[in-house]
Amino acid sequence: MPEATRSTIDTAEVERFSALAAEWWNPNGKFRPLHKFNPVRLAYVRDQVAARFGRDSHQARPFEGLRILDIGCGGGLLCEPMARLGAEVVGADASETNIEVAKLHAAESGVTIDYRATTAEALADAGEKFDVVLNMEVIEHVSDPQLYITKTSELVKPDGIMFVATINRTLKALGLAIFGAEYVLRWLPRGTHQFSKLVRPEELEQMLSNAGMMITDRTGVTYNPLADRWQRSSDMDVNYMVLTEKRRVA
Amino acid sequence: MGETETATGMHPTLDVLIAGAGYVGLAAAVSLKQARPNLAVAIVDAAPKDAWKRDTRASAVAAAACRMLSQLGCWNEILPEAQPITDMVITDSRTADPVRPVYLTFDGEVAPGEPFAHMVANKVMNGTLRRRAAELGIDIIEGVAVQAFETGIASVTIHLADSTSLNARLLVAADGVNSRLRDMAGIKAVRWEYGQSGIVCTVAHERPHNGRAEEHFLPAGPFAILPLKGNRSSIVWTERTEDAERLVNSDELVFETELEHRFGLQLGELRVEDKPRAWPLGLTLARDFVAPRFALAGDAAHGIHPIAGQGLNLGFKDVAALAETLVEADRLGQDIGALDVLQRYQIWRRFDTVQMGVTTDVLNRLFSNDFGPVRAMRDFGLGLVDRMPRLKSYFIRQASGLEGDMPRLLRGEAI
Repeated sequence: MPEATRSTIDTAEVERFSALAAEWWNPNGKFRPLHKFNPVRLAYVRDQVAARFGRDSHQARPFEGLRILDIGCGGGLLCEPMARLGAEVVGADASETNIEVAKLHAAESGVTIDYRATTAEALADAGEKFDVVLNMEVIEHVSDPQLYITKTSELVKPDGIMFVATINRTLKALGLAIFGAEYVLRWLPRGTHQFSKLVRPEELEQMLSNAGMMITDRTGVTYNPLADRWQRSSDMDVNYMVLTEKRRVA
Repeated sequence: MGETETATGMHPTLDVLIAGAGYVGLAAAVSLKQARPNLAVAIVDAAPKDAWKRDTRASAVAAAACRMLSQLGCWNEILPEAQPITDMVITDSRTADPVRPVYLTFDGEVAPGEPFAHMVANKVMNGTLRRRAAELGIDIIEGVAVQAFETGIASVTIHLADSTSLNARLLVAADGVNSRLRDMAGIKAVRWEYGQSGIVCTVAHERPHNGRAEEHFLPAGPFAILPLKGNRSSIVWTERTEDAERLVNSDELVFETELEHRFGLQLGELRVEDKPRAWPLGLTLARDFVAPRFALAGDAAHGIHPIAGQGLNLGFKDVAALAETLVEADRLGQDIGALDVLQRYQIWRRFDTVQMGVTTDVLNRLFSNDFGPVRAMRDFGLGLVDRMPRLKSYFIRQASGLEGDMPRLLRGEAI
């Protein structure tokens, strides 16, 4: 942050953001479920990106030269790892507060991320393009899913890829992701997810193909209570991720 | 990430600073750096330069630890100096018994040609790991203690006794059973005292030991003879603490007579090579193995009774699990000092450590006992084990460190 702008910042605001940043990044706090969930989705993203762009995932900074967008980035739990892997990262979130929190934490961690308080629609309309778009756990919260998928697909470069992660609309998801996680285990605040807004894989895939995207991989993610760990699985009844590719028009 | 200067501009920022340049700290640095050359790793040690060269002790290195040392590019250098333990005899007797009935014998191989353990002089182990650390470009700051440290949001600042400071993403404490860093981190440790001390010394004897290790369960506690290179053996001799102090402070003749009384004469005349020392025995377990930007490894996390010879091997298990956890997190772009990453290491190691700590504690209580019925029961038990080849091979594999949810390095694989 340049020296000249420092004096205009309200110290009380900064303190509030620091407290929020500490909360976002506390693995045992309010965002514990996200921290627990992070390794499995990071590994999926890393392996698929490495395969698609011919990178060795065991090398340091394998994503060097790739431009990655994280939509709905929150406190930056996905952006910081992507930046450490060498990518040029844009983190977008509609919440100004989240963006301030994420900026503060990135500065502390010494990683460079371009955080913007904006929406997917605004980015698409500005003509921004990315090699990889991370569209993780957002679609179940938007009012017009097809429009959202169309706009986010526009952000993908030709030959680029987009990951979409969400929750299935099944009775099992109602039991585990809503009743279990929100009411019994209290991992998430009540009302985080509304059953009617959840999206089935076939609906998501239809929306993606309407937007000109091709599905190249899909995986379920399940929780193993004994190991207290999330893992990939063929069971897509609750949490799942879909990988799509934008084919260059011949 | 090794190039950026800290706010104070005094030192470059490190990824990992390890406190303690014993074999645990050295192995941790080598394991990390070998797998992730991009990580900036350094070691700080309070002991004066070259103090490690004066360590006369030896350690039992189990098969799994050998595989790890070989993966780390160290075992070929250690091997010529290592004495394989080719068989192991366990007896239960009163000190004065002229003949000690053998209850348990082990042919000490986990696989054809792979002995379940080797005896290695600590200075050989340390010297080889130091050579490898230098080769990998790991700095060792010697003769400087850690004075204090402060944990921030994204790094930990470590203040050294020479009034310099270092900044790292993670601080690993491998500073031994009385870990000062553990106290500074506010991690409590539970300690059980046995009221016993282990007398450690090296003896030369006339006749060859043929690679045989012996463990005699004498009333005062276990008495172990562990074969070293040549006609020499390492003695680990348990006595009540006041008796142990008296023995190590008595004159050479008295000590050698007492030793011979327990050692027996099957290897001929004995001569004590170094000054015997007594180490109080206890079981120390840290309540937590990790805190934000802080991890314990080796004896700093768990000091166990040396009866089963598992101290080094448990320490290496910590190192292998910690290194694998950190390397995997780094490959995912995660912050390697973050608590959720460190908690994976804690979950991985704590159960195994508690189990091993309790097993050796129970073994010791059971065997340091001259009460008739207890003796009869344990002799019956040992005799039974000796007649059950599958149970015996289970014990052998436990002792070799090849059981449990094994980190890759201990299986001899790269991380």
